[in-house]
Amino acid sequence: MTTMPKMNRRTFIISTAAIGGGLALGLRLPFGPGVVRAADGSPEVNAWVVIRPDDTVVIRVARSEMGQGTITGLAQLVTEELECDWSKVTTEYPTPGQSVARKRVWGPFSTGGSRGIRTSHDYVRQGGATARLMLIQAAANEWNVPASECSASNSVITHGPSGRTTTYGKVAEAAARLTPPKDVKLKDPKDWKIAGKPVKRLDTLDKLTGKQVFGFDLKLPGMLNAAIKECPVFGGKVKSFDAAKVSGMKGVKKVVQVGDTAVAVVADTWWRAKTALDALPVVWDEGPNAKVSSATIADVLRAGLDAEQAFVGNRSGDARAALSAAAKKVEAVYSYPFQNHACMEPMNATARYTPDKCEVWVPTQDGEGSFAAVLRASGLPAEKCEVYKINLGGGFGRRGAFQDYVTQAVQIAKQLPGTPVKLLWSREEDMAQGRYHPVMQCKLTGGLDADNNLSGLHMRLSGQSILASVRPHILEKQKGRDPATFQGVADSGEHAFGYTIPNLLVDHAMRNTHVPPGFWRGVNINQNCIFLECFMDELAHAAGQDALEFRRKLLGKHPRNLAVLNAVAERAGWGRPAPEGIHRGLAHMKAFNSYVAACVEISVSGGNKVKIHRIVCATDTSYAVNPAQIERQIAGSFVYGLSALFFQECTVKNGRIEQTNFDSYNSMRIAQMPKVESIIMPSGGAVWGGVGEPTICVAAPAVINAFFRATGKRIRSFPLKNHDIELV
Amino acid sequence: MIKLTVNGKTYETDAEPDTPLLWVIREQVGLTGTKYGCGIAQCGSCTVHIDGAAVRSCAIPASAAAGKKITTIEGLASGEVLHKVQQAWLDHDVPQCGYCQAGMIMAVAALLKDKPKPTDADIDATITNICRCGTFQQVREAIHAVAKA
Ligand code: FES
Ligand code: FES
Repeated sequence: MTTMPKMNRRTFIISTAAIGGGLALGLRLPFGPGVVRAADGSPEVNAWVVIRPDDTVVIRVARSEMGQGTITGLAQLVTEELECDWSKVTTEYPTPGQSVARKRVWGPFSTGGSRGIRTSHDYVRQGGATARLMLIQAAANEWNVPASECSASNSVITHGPSGRTTTYGKVAEAAARLTPPKDVKLKDPKDWKIAGKPVKRLDTLDKLTGKQVFGFDLKLPGMLNAAIKECPVFGGKVKSFDAAKVSGMKGVKKVVQVGDTAVAVVADTWWRAKTALDALPVVWDEGPNAKVSSATIADVLRAGLDAEQAFVGNRSGDARAALSAAAKKVEAVYSYPFQNHACMEPMNATARYTPDKCEVWVPTQDGEGSFAAVLRASGLPAEKCEVYKINLGGGFGRRGAFQDYVTQAVQIAKQLPGTPVKLLWSREEDMAQGRYHPVMQCKLTGGLDADNNLSGLHMRLSGQSILASVRPHILEKQKGRDPATFQGVADSGEHAFGYTIPNLLVDHAMRNTHVPPGFWRGVNINQNCIFLECFMDELAHAAGQDALEFRRKLLGKHPRNLAVLNAVAERAGWGRPAPEGIHRGLAHMKAFNSYVAACVEISVSGGNKVKIHRIVCATDTSYAVNPAQIERQIAGSFVYGLSALFFQECTVKNGRIEQTNFDSYNSMRIAQMPKVESIIMPSGGAVWGGVGEPTICVAAPAVINAFFRATGKRIRSFPLKNHDIELV
Repeated sequence: MIKLTVNGKTYETDAEPDTPLLWVIREQVGLTGTKYGCGIAQCGSCTVHIDGAAVRSCAIPASAAAGKKITTIEGLASGEVLHKVQQAWLDHDVPQCGYCQAGMIMAVAALLKDKPKPTDADIDATITNICRCGTFQQVREAIHAVAKA
């Protein structure tokens, strides 16, 4: 493994809880009872809501914005309960240091697993509702009337009997002094006016004018720039480097080693730092991993397909017995490659270190994770550390659990005390030092009885565990098993298997590699949905049945899976003749507590040129806070997932990743973009489903299934470019 | 030492002439709206206009732009009034993370200058920018909306 520190949440809480509350970090916290004030002096009605005298409402958002629209969605939920004027809403990130000082009043910062809204909707709405009641109470106190006679709408409070009005901005100061009420009742989503509506995002304008400051764009007084190169063989180290060769180059200030594994050049501009870094002679101690290649990894995985030992993820009946008794047996082996996140904005972080204070500015999916990395790398206690979150130029899972760039920035800044240093990765560094989508192979064996019913299924996964590398404590509790491996095919929970099959076995032969794995948008549903949903088509074909009908028979106990599948089939016209040359394919899954399905229409010319004309997608997210943003996430997830399907593979040679940039790791362009039709069909209930990730998994298998119908060729390894299949 | 005219202003910089224009714009001129995504003319994040034409600024030396009229995303609007492409992007809520959008908008603005009513085929042939968030459906809608207006 590389230098990435293994910071788990437990150690973070323990190390930060020790310093307790009462530290003023940017916010002005009073001693004893009193009003907490934002930096501009405006009162906090509660931790979620600051109201300025001009009625501007500042809503605090702990989760990170990386394009998925979370800050807008969360602000909608707070606004809904607060009854404030949406046109006067703005948002602000609290800092992780403030969170620590205030006993994590904003809850978790981590923004991954499509959790941004679905796991915080309740407490943020409570925050809005509580603030509304306090504002109304403050007005009632001023007027000397019962609060029950007052109501609030659009930031205006009205006393019903007298018709008197006031605004939030006028009573915020008094409201902030009140004791918050308890057990506040939330609105029925049926009555939502701002939430549930396709309102525009709050954060668009600055993205159109070049004004939005990304981490890459940060400027601080006296700041220097760093370019870095880490040992390209994972697990390798720096042996030596010849700083003298480049220290005289223009702009170069310092050449430093970063931990055991990397070297960096610090210069006045990044371009000069990078130019010197490219000229810097470095000798690596590459270690034993330098012998590893894609072929050796594939061999290890292949052996796992028939290995005795495997962790069971889902079992009912007796799959092996059913398979040996089957009238017809179908078997197939699939494999899925390593993939890089390739966020549009490469990794970066800016750090300033003195023995009294370490500050970091970083685009991060997990401000608290970044904070923990700063503590660890700086060696300073929590009250001397701070992290300022910056909106991300894409995250997709790369910028949450992994804070390697933060650690590096602090390690560099420590060697130039007092000077802010902005560390930017080149695209090449970003490609070489990913936290890759894990590799996985899968052998599926299905049995059909004499009536062509699916009597048994064995799905043997063999490949890499993300949690073994990233959250080993979870494996400890599971006797070595990685439960996340079974996303989409699990026996229960938010990634439950979508079919009822009398005899079923899903198990995992864990085969870890030296290539560091990570959470890549959708995580393990990407390969699991391909494995399962392509194989269901293979079984339907072997049974001589329609792919939809074959599935429907197994979906009797899965009404929500069935509903989304039916919805796409009906909209796309499944069962009716397709236009000349058009072929359809289907897939569905339950993921991140949402139910998703897709039906694609493709044509294939010359046997290998695939045009995707249309994708109909349905998602049941339980609730839809912003349908317009959900549509965008669906379309975006297809761009991400189909780029992976057609183009993307990180291959390993001599222990390192071979692809270096978008020329060898392509991404879909507008010409290849299919028309996406979204059916958003939230069906309510107590559990909310996610948005950013679930739909990513259904596009690829639906396309592969359609390709089979078009050509009679069943593709089982990816990306499709390896089969000379092009996306046009 | 190199002299550049960016958004109507002249900048004398100490950049080496072979520095990619992108980095001189970002670091010496100090305008960071123009983004780095690949450095090898693949992604289009760094697109600016040189004498009105869309150019991927990571792939040309700054010296090649000396004496020419460079426009970056910061210079596209006329004062407070957004360029029609920016306005359409706002109306159609196009950006997700936004990182690629400056380059996307500059590429589209140049296309619309040449072809005020582009077909889908024109768009496909000209707009080859990468957007990892996958905003293409909104990009296409917004381009057609501008063309219709
Ligand atoms: S940065 Fe210039 S094209 Fe990618
Ligand atoms: S909007 Fe994020 S890369 Fe295009």
